[in-house]
Amino acid sequence: MGKTVALFATCINDVMYPETCVATVALLERLGCEVAFPVEQTCCGQIFTNTGYHAEALGAVRAYAEAFSPYDFVVGPSGSCVASVRDQHPLLAAETGDARLMEAVASVVARTYELTEFLIDVLGLEDVGAYFPHTVTFHPTCHAVRMAKVGDRPARLLAQVRGLTLVPLEGADQCCGFGGTFSVKNDALSAALVADKASEVMRTGAEYLVNVDNACLMNIGGRLHREGGAQGGGCTIRTIHLAEILACTEGDGGRWGL
Amino acid sequence: MSTSSPPHSATASTTPPPVAPPTMRRTPAPPPGRLIDAPPFPQGAAEALKNQQLRDNMRHATHTIRAKRARVTAELPNWEELRAAGEAIKNRTLENLDYYLEQLEANLIKNGAQVHWASDAQEAQRIVIDLIKAKGENMTHQPTPQEVVKVKSMVTQEIELNEALEAEGIAAWETDLAELIVQLGHDRPSNILVPAIHRNRDEVREIFLREMKLYGKPAPEDLDNDPKNLAAAARLHLREKFLRAKIALSGVNFCVAESGTLVIVESEGNGRMCLTLPETLISITGIEKLVPTAQDLEVMLQLLPRSSTGERMNPYTSMWTGVTPGDGPQEVHVVLVDNGRSRVLADPVGREALRCIRCAACMHQCPVYEKVGGHPYGSVYPGPIGSVLTPQLRGLDSAIDKSLPYASTLCGACAEVCPVKIPIPDILVHLRQRVVDEKKRGHRGLEQSLMRLGGWVMAKGSRLGLAGAAAGLARALIRKEYLRSLPGLGKRWTAARDLRMPPRRNFRHWWKHERGGQA
Repeated sequence: MGKTVALFATCINDVMYPETCVATVALLERLGCEVAFPVEQTCCGQIFTNTGYHAEALGAVRAYAEAFSPYDFVVGPSGSCVASVRDQHPLLAAETGDARLMEAVASVVARTYELTEFLIDVLGLEDVGAYFPHTVTFHPTCHAVRMAKVGDRPARLLAQVRGLTLVPLEGADQCCGFGGTFSVKNDALSAALVADKASEVMRTGAEYLVNVDNACLMNIGGRLHREGGAQGGGCTIRTIHLAEILACTEGDGGRWGL
Repeated sequence: MSTSSPPHSATASTTPPPVAPPTMRRTPAPPPGRLIDAPPFPQGAAEALKNQQLRDNMRHATHTIRAKRARVTAELPNWEELRAAGEAIKNRTLENLDYYLEQLEANLIKNGAQVHWASDAQEAQRIVIDLIKAKGENMTHQPTPQEVVKVKSMVTQEIELNEALEAEGIAAWETDLAELIVQLGHDRPSNILVPAIHRNRDEVREIFLREMKLYGKPAPEDLDNDPKNLAAAARLHLREKFLRAKIALSGVNFCVAESGTLVIVESEGNGRMCLTLPETLISITGIEKLVPTAQDLEVMLQLLPRSSTGERMNPYTSMWTGVTPGDGPQEVHVVLVDNGRSRVLADPVGREALRCIRCAACMHQCPVYEKVGGHPYGSVYPGPIGSVLTPQLRGLDSAIDKSLPYASTLCGACAEVCPVKIPIPDILVHLRQRVVDEKKRGHRGLEQSLMRLGGWVMAKGSRLGLAGAAAGLARALIRKEYLRSLPGLGKRWTAARDLRMPPRRNFRHWWKHERGGQA
């Protein structure tokens, strides 16, 4: 029996990477789920929380709890945003002393999944029937691994994609230097870190860099584009969210949305 | 520990030109100014990033020690249980710190040691100075030039003891190889475990040749950059100081409350010399360095060497309990230093930082620290743990202390390796809130306005929808997928990378048109 899933788009995917959300919808529907998009949702609020603006994050916390309260499964295609919801929303709610908010947050947090967790832990699938005939390198993002603790789930899903060749990324566990407002507050350091990450990515010779967090891809991809531009040949390595790879099938020639 | 030694690295030295032997000073002068007056972290970091030699040294050293740590922690099947035990032991200690401190004091006194309590750095300095001066008077009945040998101690650096002693005419000689390099180099430590991690072997040779002769036994004239020969030169230079000194200063790694036993863990044997040769031993420790029982050392002495130097066991572990008649120092003092720790203990989030056992694993793992080294942190405690400890110990008043909680991408690599499971990113976020709360009491700046506006937008889905539509409109007008340069704040992004523009239609828009806006 199909499950009803509420999509937590996340603000960055909603505005900057809608193709990731559309791919997530297509993937979940192909796997027999019914997908809902509660339009009152906004954002995890971590840009406020992590910069020290806890009061400013509360609007997003309340919006999240209200928008998703009716659903058994809330699924977000972002390790970082899901980790923020699970780790920070309860703390932010507790800081208000509002018992009803704390209860609502605790309840919805327990039903919140990162996409790869939902696919493997709830649907019990590692092979989602994807086909992607390309060379790909994978960057396990810091918040997905260390905060959301998705473990090797993204890698297990990638391993089952037909046609895909995975090439290892040197220093994969090193941060790309994004860090939200860190990228402007400590711009020189952020620049040095992303330069390292981009050069490792380019060294792989892969066609695509994949991960489960578009914020990191925006950072690394921006650097890759700059490097490509400097070479005069435009960007050769493209960034792609895992959901978009998993959405591709042999039926569409592995070209879903591309 | 020794210094980093990348093979065949060229020396692009930034050391100052040779300094003439000081007439007033007795020990090499450190760089001018106080750490707390350092510029904000982003400024110091940007400066450090320009030093390619430093970056090469740091990369080599951190990657080497990271790999060693990973190897020796992976080989223990119960490593995670040890970490949990370490966390629990330190939590129990901190929750009952008053009880264990009094127990420690009673046991120290019972065993012939003298105990001194210092509430802040000035008081600690005064206690140590008075103890040393009293020894000078006893020996000669008139003031004589005095000196002490020191085994590496973070808390004495925290309370700026060496310079306080120098001001009183007392020479304090560092005896750890790396601390000696730092002291002779008129430098500051950049790591709590490997203080000269920012130096390579060529720089060390240069410092030894230039400085050793000004303060004691000169380095051999034909000294090369072989680490073995550098260590031999240091050994000879230090030997005469060890044999001459009547007083030693030490830090402490662990204090065992149930017995009054103090523990020092080290790699070079200089600690053993300091703890056994002089007649008087003054040990200085922060009040958080306790463990309740000797059995707790079973956990700590496994966690510390594997996390720090990446060794299964450190070469020297010294333990002493007060005075042993006829053996070792016959006068033993212990100075228990608060210097802000009680205040940290009062903060339920921040206090977890007091579990720290000073292993430096968080520094070696940190991508930010790896890039810039320890100096931009403006503290004797650099890196991730320093960014949570320093602003709590010193307060959030100075420019550097306000900036330290932001000196992290929050990638979490530090917390993953911490042997006592300190949630460093959580404490950083907690301290950022304290910085912002303070800011909010003043004039509202650009950041506060932007955050308020952002928070307002994110409170309603409809507002985010409008913001998304506005972004799409901007894209339609600009007609570029990537922007290469932006003015103002945006320049900080586009200095290093292009900015991907949002597409014309956001997801909300897609959903509304494709799915009829139905949730």
